Amino acid sequence: MSSQPILSFQKVHAYYGEKHTVKGVSFDVQANEVVAIIGPSGCGKSTLLRCANRLHEEDPTARVEGSILLNGVDIFQNHADPVVVRQKVGMVFQKPTAFSGLSIWENVVAGRLLKGEKKAGLKEKAEHALKQASLWEEVKDKLNAPGLSLSGGQQQRLCIARALAVNPTAILMDEPTSALDPISAARIEELISELQKIITIVIVTHNLQQAARISDKTAFMNFGELIEFNSTSKLFTNPESKLTESYITGHFG
Amino acid sequence: MKKVFDLFFKKHKASEVRKSDFAFVFFLRCLAVLVILIFASLIYYLWDGSSAILKHSGWGFFLGREWDPNSDQFGALPFIYGTLLTSVVALVIAAPIAISAAILLTEIAVQKIAKPFGFLIEMLAAIPSVVYGLWGIFVLAPFVRDYIQPFLGKYFSFLPFFKGPPFGIGIFTAGLILAIMILPTITAVCREVFLAIPTSLREGVLALGSTRWEMIKTAVVEAGFSGILAAIALGFGRAMGETMAVTMLIGNRPDISLSLFSPGATMASVIANESPEATSNLHVSSLAAIGFALFLVSLGVSGLARLITKITKRRFAK
Amino acid sequence: MILSTRANFRLLRRRRIKDRIMTGVIMLLSLIAIIPLFMIFYHIVVNGISAINFDFFTQLPVPLGEIGGGMGNCILGSIILISIASLGAVPIGVFGGVYLSEYKHERTASLFRWVVDLMMSMPSIVIGLFVYTSIVVPSKSFSAVAGGIALGLLMLPIVAKTTEEVLKLTPLHVREAGLALGLSRWRVILFIVLRGRKSAVITGIVLALGRIAGETAPLLVTAFGNRNWPTSLMQPTPSLPVQIYNYAISPYENWHKQAWAGALTLVVLIFFINIFTRVVFTRNDLGRNTQ
Repeated sequence: MSSQPILSFQKVHAYYGEKHTVKGVSFDVQANEVVAIIGPSGCGKSTLLRCANRLHEEDPTARVEGSILLNGVDIFQNHADPVVVRQKVGMVFQKPTAFSGLSIWENVVAGRLLKGEKKAGLKEKAEHALKQASLWEEVKDKLNAPGLSLSGGQQQRLCIARALAVNPTAILMDEPTSALDPISAARIEELISELQKIITIVIVTHNLQQAARISDKTAFMNFGELIEFNSTSKLFTNPESKLTESYITGHFG
Repeated sequence: MKKVFDLFFKKHKASEVRKSDFAFVFFLRCLAVLVILIFASLIYYLWDGSSAILKHSGWGFFLGREWDPNSDQFGALPFIYGTLLTSVVALVIAAPIAISAAILLTEIAVQKIAKPFGFLIEMLAAIPSVVYGLWGIFVLAPFVRDYIQPFLGKYFSFLPFFKGPPFGIGIFTAGLILAIMILPTITAVCREVFLAIPTSLREGVLALGSTRWEMIKTAVVEAGFSGILAAIALGFGRAMGETMAVTMLIGNRPDISLSLFSPGATMASVIANESPEATSNLHVSSLAAIGFALFLVSLGVSGLARLITKITKRRFAK
Repeated sequence: MILSTRANFRLLRRRRIKDRIMTGVIMLLSLIAIIPLFMIFYHIVVNGISAINFDFFTQLPVPLGEIGGGMGNCILGSIILISIASLGAVPIGVFGGVYLSEYKHERTASLFRWVVDLMMSMPSIVIGLFVYTSIVVPSKSFSAVAGGIALGLLMLPIVAKTTEEVLKLTPLHVREAGLALGLSRWRVILFIVLRGRKSAVITGIVLALGRIAGETAPLLVTAFGNRNWPTSLMQPTPSLPVQIYNYAISPYENWHKQAWAGALTLVVLIFFINIFTRVVFTRNDLGRNTQ
């Protein structure tokens, strides 16, 4: 019934050295969906996310089996370059990381600027991305100020704009609000719902209410295994698994 | 099976981006290897330079007491003796002061005083050796000659160290200036060691009803004893390698005398003094051999110091 | 039960007095530690200030017996020597530091780190002796090149080490954020990690310059000295520290004055470098620049 998924996890296993952190996880993410991954800390949700843009390779002991399809193409296949994969699949981290030494607008287009693209056309790109990340109104008068002069919440939206500026197919977010104050976090949540119109988002969060508020589908992981993948309303109101139920009602984790 | 093949294959199929990354690492590696090669050639040149004199007089070179380049007499013992003696004098004077300063910095002084005090101690390390030498010649040496040496000679002349006429210039004054110069090194290392001691240890001792001094004695000085030894070893290494100030204050005579008031020479000072004028092959070679020995000894001492610090730090980390 | 018997009380009082005394001793010894610093500053200023004037910085030394003259050639020589040293030591040191911090697991990197540590703890006269036997003796001439190389070898490990320390402070997630944008590793290292710590790296370089500016022993056996303006990089080259040494051990009053003035110049320069670097470092530590 549905078209080809944007991201498709197929029996993904991930190992860090001897540690088997993700055990055969499979689920699909459709276009313009927001999918939340929840689970107790150490359940492998962040690892899974890092596999999806091949950032796990930064750890030389890491190893992945199975496949992740991006628009039907395996990102681990023969000639796939991690750099190309990362341009297609953006990532936003827990800690807002504006790059020091770069101004606000340079930060936004860092992905292009630092690759050697000419500065000339990039200012419009930056404006566009900042508008998408609804940060434009706040910073339009100080685009040349250092990126680090922004507040934590603004920096996180800057990071989202930065990810958007590379024109990715999907954006992964690893607990993007956990280092922020509640008001800034709420703004990020609003932004995610807004962005859903133009892009696909996979978000890891330990905040169950947040997952319930913003996601269309939710995946619950425990000890590296995918316990349940369902529409958010179903998972939170009428879970199929006993384990899911005890987790969302706060009995463990 | 296919996956395994893919992973293997991927490693050998470098894309453009991978190529540039590889070139970058290759460039960095080349620089590192260049520096390593320079270092290797340093060892080679010193060794090669030493070979002539070692062939000529064998290892006895380091035990020879006569040094007279004009008659091709080369024995390094006076310089080894001078280096050890000045360094020991420096340590005896500097160690208690430097350790006290570290205790003041970490245990006694409040932040407002400790910060500027620490800065002043660090400034002591920033002053160039030649400036110490200049000050030593015109201020310290006359002071030592007019006040300290007559005093020591009057009351401690039963010791062989304090005999002889007060020149000002000599082993004692060289050791004194060295003491000032190595003080910041010892203080810095001690400070680091004391800071690594967990607060809980101090609180534990205080909780038993100890006074602050008793706490400092048991929880800081005794607990950090091996670290203090490392600091002293490091200071010793620095003292041995110091050149200019010593050259300017020691008198530069290749003698072996028990008296600290008499002039002497060190390994470093003879290299600085005679290299510019050395003409005969054997003379240059002797200086190279002394340099090589100095290098090895200071390596050994600083290696020892580093080893002790590592062991100490690991113990506190647990 | 009575806790404080008379004997107990006396013991406690004795312990308290001992505590006071020892604290006093520590403070006194610490005070002694910094007295030489003030004395050196005092004497340098008092003896050096009178010979400091425009001529001092621009003129050649005058022949014996004449009053006045300057150390212009030595200051120029020092600048030349330090420039040669920086030309090699700054790029190699900075990239070496990058290598140590970003590829620390490589075997070459561990060997390199070991060598850098050894070079740091080596007496500077040994470096001088190395350049003397490998360059001065074969070329049969003291030269600015030899002196510059000796200073460079002293500077290189300092720059590499400070760069490594500074880059290590950049958290891992900053590098990951760069990689996640699809930038290649070398671009992330150069344009994000190194650029983000630019001011701290420069501070380290300036600090290293301050350290080698006063080096004398290695120059004595490599660049030697000269009483004229430096004309060629292959000639013996004068420098401020070596000239201070030569003047200090000379028997002439006028030269002693010049030596003090040279020392004043040198110490003021080094003092400013230290203050400057401290200010920059504190600002970096406390400010937003730490990321």
